[in-house]
Amino acid sequence: MIRLLVYLLLALAFAGPVRAQSPADAAYTRLASDSYAEIEASIVGLAASGDPRTAPVIQALAEGRLFYRPADKALFVKQGDAVTDARTGVPAPATEGLKPVRANNKVRRALDSALGTLNLLAPDPGKRREAAEAVFKARDATVLPALEAALSRETDAGVKRTLQEARAAVVLAKPGSTEADRLAAVATIQGRADGDAMGILRALSADPSAAVQAAAAKGVAAIETRLALIAGASNVWYGISLGSVLLLAAIGLAITFGVMGIINMAHGEMVMLGAYTTFLVQEAIRAHAPGLFEFSLAIAIPAAFLVGGGVGVGIERLVIRHLYGRPLETLLATFGISLILQQTVRSIFGPTNREVGAPQFMTGAFDLFGLSITWGRFWIVVFALAVFFGLMFVLRRTSFGLKTRAVTQNRRMAAAMGIRTPWVDALTFGLGSGIAGIAGVALSQIDNVSPNLGQGYIIDSFLVVVFGGVGSLWGTLVAALSIGVANKFLEPYAGAVLAKILLLVFIILFIQKRPRGLFALKGRSVEA
Amino acid sequence: MSKTGWRSWGAAALIAGGLAAGPARAQETIKIGVLHSLSGTMAISETTLKDAMLMLIDEQNRRGGVLGKKLEAVVVDPASNWPLFAEKARELIAKDKVSAVFGCWTSVSRKSVLPVFKELDSLLFYPVQYEGEESERNVFYTGAAPNQQAIPAVDYLIKEENVQRWVLEGTDYVYPRTTNKILEAYLKSKGVKPEDISINYTPFGQSDWQTRVAAIKSFGSAGKKTAVVSTINGDANVPFYKELANQGIKAIDIPVVAFSVGEEELAGIDTKPLVGHLAAWNYFQSIETPENKAFIDKWRAFTKNAKRVTNDPMEAHYVGFNMWVKAVEKAGSAEPGKVIAALPGIKQPNLTGGVSEMLANHHITKPVFIGEIKDNGQFDVVFKTEELIPGEAWSKQLDGSKDLEADWVKLNCGNYNTKTKKCGGA
Amino acid sequence: MAPRTPLLAMIDTKGWIFLGVLLAVCLIVPLFNLAVPPGSPLHVPTYVVSLLGKYLCYALLALSLDLVWGYGGILSLGHGAFFGLGGYAMGMYLMRQIGPRGVYGHPVLPDFMVFLNYKELPWYWLGFDFFPFAALMVLLVPGLLGFLFGWLAFRSRVTGVYLSIITQAMTYALMLAFFRNDMGLGGNNGLTDFKDILDFNVQAQGVRVTLFVLTAVALALGYLIARFMTVSAYGKILVAIRDAEPRTRFLGYRPHHYKALAFTVSAMMAGVAGALYVPQVGIINPSEFTPTNSIEAVIWVAVGGRGTLVGAALGAVLINYAKTLLTGAMPEAWLFALGALFVLVTLFLPQGIVGTLIARLGDRKARIAARLPPEPDIPPRLLEEGRGS
Repeated sequence: MIRLLVYLLLALAFAGPVRAQSPADAAYTRLASDSYAEIEASIVGLAASGDPRTAPVIQALAEGRLFYRPADKALFVKQGDAVTDARTGVPAPATEGLKPVRANNKVRRALDSALGTLNLLAPDPGKRREAAEAVFKARDATVLPALEAALSRETDAGVKRTLQEARAAVVLAKPGSTEADRLAAVATIQGRADGDAMGILRALSADPSAAVQAAAAKGVAAIETRLALIAGASNVWYGISLGSVLLLAAIGLAITFGVMGIINMAHGEMVMLGAYTTFLVQEAIRAHAPGLFEFSLAIAIPAAFLVGGGVGVGIERLVIRHLYGRPLETLLATFGISLILQQTVRSIFGPTNREVGAPQFMTGAFDLFGLSITWGRFWIVVFALAVFFGLMFVLRRTSFGLKTRAVTQNRRMAAAMGIRTPWVDALTFGLGSGIAGIAGVALSQIDNVSPNLGQGYIIDSFLVVVFGGVGSLWGTLVAALSIGVANKFLEPYAGAVLAKILLLVFIILFIQKRPRGLFALKGRSVEA
Repeated sequence: MSKTGWRSWGAAALIAGGLAAGPARAQETIKIGVLHSLSGTMAISETTLKDAMLMLIDEQNRRGGVLGKKLEAVVVDPASNWPLFAEKARELIAKDKVSAVFGCWTSVSRKSVLPVFKELDSLLFYPVQYEGEESERNVFYTGAAPNQQAIPAVDYLIKEENVQRWVLEGTDYVYPRTTNKILEAYLKSKGVKPEDISINYTPFGQSDWQTRVAAIKSFGSAGKKTAVVSTINGDANVPFYKELANQGIKAIDIPVVAFSVGEEELAGIDTKPLVGHLAAWNYFQSIETPENKAFIDKWRAFTKNAKRVTNDPMEAHYVGFNMWVKAVEKAGSAEPGKVIAALPGIKQPNLTGGVSEMLANHHITKPVFIGEIKDNGQFDVVFKTEELIPGEAWSKQLDGSKDLEADWVKLNCGNYNTKTKKCGGA
Repeated sequence: MAPRTPLLAMIDTKGWIFLGVLLAVCLIVPLFNLAVPPGSPLHVPTYVVSLLGKYLCYALLALSLDLVWGYGGILSLGHGAFFGLGGYAMGMYLMRQIGPRGVYGHPVLPDFMVFLNYKELPWYWLGFDFFPFAALMVLLVPGLLGFLFGWLAFRSRVTGVYLSIITQAMTYALMLAFFRNDMGLGGNNGLTDFKDILDFNVQAQGVRVTLFVLTAVALALGYLIARFMTVSAYGKILVAIRDAEPRTRFLGYRPHHYKALAFTVSAMMAGVAGALYVPQVGIINPSEFTPTNSIEAVIWVAVGGRGTLVGAALGAVLINYAKTLLTGAMPEAWLFALGALFVLVTLFLPQGIVGTLIARLGDRKARIAARLPPEPDIPPRLLEEGRGS
């Protein structure tokens, strides 16, 4: 505490007009330390100074742009290629041998809290809200005056609420606050009704005041009910999200296996190729046009389709076309192809994971009535459905789709009508493989990009297609989503493994009841 | 049929020819077996170790080999298939007559080859952190035992982060089970209440972490500082960390300390959202010593990849291999029996500035480092033990093993019971 | 009942060759291992004996698969499950034989149970210290699962790819279950570090040779049983079901009885193969249940020649020999070779090695007999919209 006071004084002195060799230089110098405790203390001091010039320094440290020269511990802020002296803000000549100021979790917590205090009056409401959240988490009693000042000036209703919550959290954390203040704070926190709020209220079970304890307990109970509802809703969402991953993985197989009847064991490798294409596209973008990174996935989708589709057409022309009418043997050949593709990728890219980054729009989460939905998963669900309906459209509304259906239903008749059946076969297989490729783009966002990527999805994909009914696209959709949702509902009770086992047993028994899957095709051609 | 006839015989001949081609091997060398999976699920981790071994052997040969003989690496691929590990180990020892084998990653692969090494009385160097509860005459454990990794990490979290509530999250196999058992006993001895410890296991290759991460989040909202101790295995880590980042669990709120995540694993993730999560190892690439710098430079030159990372099991192989060389020179022979006798007591500088020693229980002394993940995929060391910690084969925290002692020098026994004064467990 | 075929007459030329080769191997390998001194170029090292024993176990697995696939048209992608169950039954017996010699020295419990704080043996471990009981379980557990699964699936007329995929789901579910440490079967590490079998040291040279000979005998017996089943009247109906199940049904047969019997016998054979495999490789672990293992077994059969029995065994031995060679000789590239082998065999030897040999060398009757059966089931090449009419 005394130390803090000293820093405060130091910082205040620094804020004064005295420039060169002010005692505050010591606070800055301490940033260039090896000890995290020193760095933390220094940040606390700088933040409490209230000097506007400290904000960019703290901001730079939070973003890893603050450097020091080991020789004289001079501090520099880097912004792109430009280097400025941290104390004066004057551009400095580029110097060699700069070391970054170190940060660990403690330092980062201090930084967040400091930034929160500094940004409470920022012009941008988004920034103010973030600042209020940071204060809410840090619960540092020294910020209270700044909070009150910010509250009195705040005009945005949303930010104001967050500020009130932050103040309530600080009041509850402060040892000396009155019972009335604390009760009001409990009510404010209860209104927030999320996990953080529950954490704060739970911690009040040891509060000296019985009234506060009771109010907190009531608040916890209320939040618990709400959270239970949200948990149920999240299970549905997790299920849909898992289902959409299954759908993406299976949908290409629904073409090559479902429509064409090829037991395509190399399907997973097409997905893997799509993921590696994403990796290559991102590498190229990083190297040549970093500005396009936000669009890397949009560029990767057609590229992955072409790669997957191209390899698919190649496989069809070289191997599979010799095997029509012998579907079980396609299993053997495609298994061999899958081994070759895996080893090829392993030889070219190495066996280790490759990094596929997430563009900004895929990161973070948004809040839907208390339900936290991650953007990445959200876009994958949207993407899966888009791919599904796009494929539906191609097969039902285009001339290529018409030909595909004609050839797969009655090859000889189709040939007699002038359809070039070999090309349709090749293109259909290419379509299925291409879709597997674009599934790889999406899966690269949530899974390992390694040569084994495809192996993890192949069994599930076959199960989805068979459960839904071979040859039925709608079946694949319904099967994927219902397996996903059922899995996620079982998981909290049975654990991840038992949930999966139970589902497998269920599918085995279900097939006994409906030997042709959910959406069984009718007609004579079914009984081969 | 006759149309395809000649083609079919051609294909058959081609296949037969491919099978018959055997490798020709030189004479007058000391052979070293490298038993790491180059395909299948474990290739992702083990291929690097194979390359590291080739580099070490190559380097030793440039220094003139050992005992005036060149070393020759015999590389095989056990393909992440456990029975195949046993078969390949037997082939290396009985057919190729190797003097020592460096290999295995998973515990099950080690368990699978163990009877083979015992039967043929050969020598295995095992470079990966593992669950302990084992000490064999024929195996030298150069990776960490639980007391060299898990317990210092938990101590750090208690002291520095003031953690009071714990999630022990692991893959369902023997290493996480043992580590978590040891940690649970240890935490309880430190006064942590049972309701503040949550233990959960997930299957291998778990890729959908939504439910688990949400559960961790809600476990962490009980008003006490919470941390996750992760013993999640290899390829399940990337989806786990991606989900953590997406659900916004930051290290400053709920830190995750991992025992199986190193530089290699992080090479596959964008680490910016993970900054501050922790890992405990006995080596980090970012540690600045002259030995480490030289090692990294050699590794990058050897792999012709200027961005290639190093990791902890590689250092274990580095230490183990150099210990083997010294033991061979001390024994004056590469014969496994003599080398096994010569190994305990051998000292070898490690890459982090200390000197590791092979102990009588066939484990080595190691420093423990705790690193925070940085945004460039490296670790920033935030804690290190003052001294090197000797590896314990038998955990003091577990009922079944606290009376056991391993000493191959004086007692010639891997599981000597100090209560009954007998070799052989109870 | 069909007219009785004399036992010896039912074995055809390739069968005689097969049995002859087995007998020769049975005599030569032990002789050259035990009687010839290790220095001699003729000496067969003990590790080769175990390796050959392992190949023969795989051959028996392939044979059991050929019985249902080649003759019953049932493409099982889950035969590894029966193999694994048989292996676990044997593994449990071997674990009990360790007795107090585990690292913790517990008189009854295996090491992994001591470590997981088991206080007593779980009920399903009881009896496994008694060899006849364990041997019975080797047959009974896979047999029962095969019967239940087969009876249900065949009665519901689940065929073709649907059947293949649910057999895969079965082995996948078992794999997940056995991976669980709470199953009390050793989790991922499985059962290992065996000491004795029937009080003989499993690592002793003599025991290894005996196990090898036993495996060869089991393979010969398996062949005879399968051969007997397929040439009998029962076998003819089985083939009829394979080629035209609805038609056979309309003729008054009950296909599911025939198929369930074949499936059960096949499962038991696979179980025996697994039981013989475990003491020879020294470990049984849930990875035996991985679907890829079962798919590989299907590939051995296809490469050797489906519906020839002998071919299945030959395919298993050849491919596993190739694997042994290639993983040592070209560790970085063996998957290319193996993958290419599968593709080339499918394209150029569609009937497998033995099937092609018969087609080229055999007499006319044999050629007709070896003709590829039609695919048992062609998945509907229909789209949703093309339904009806």
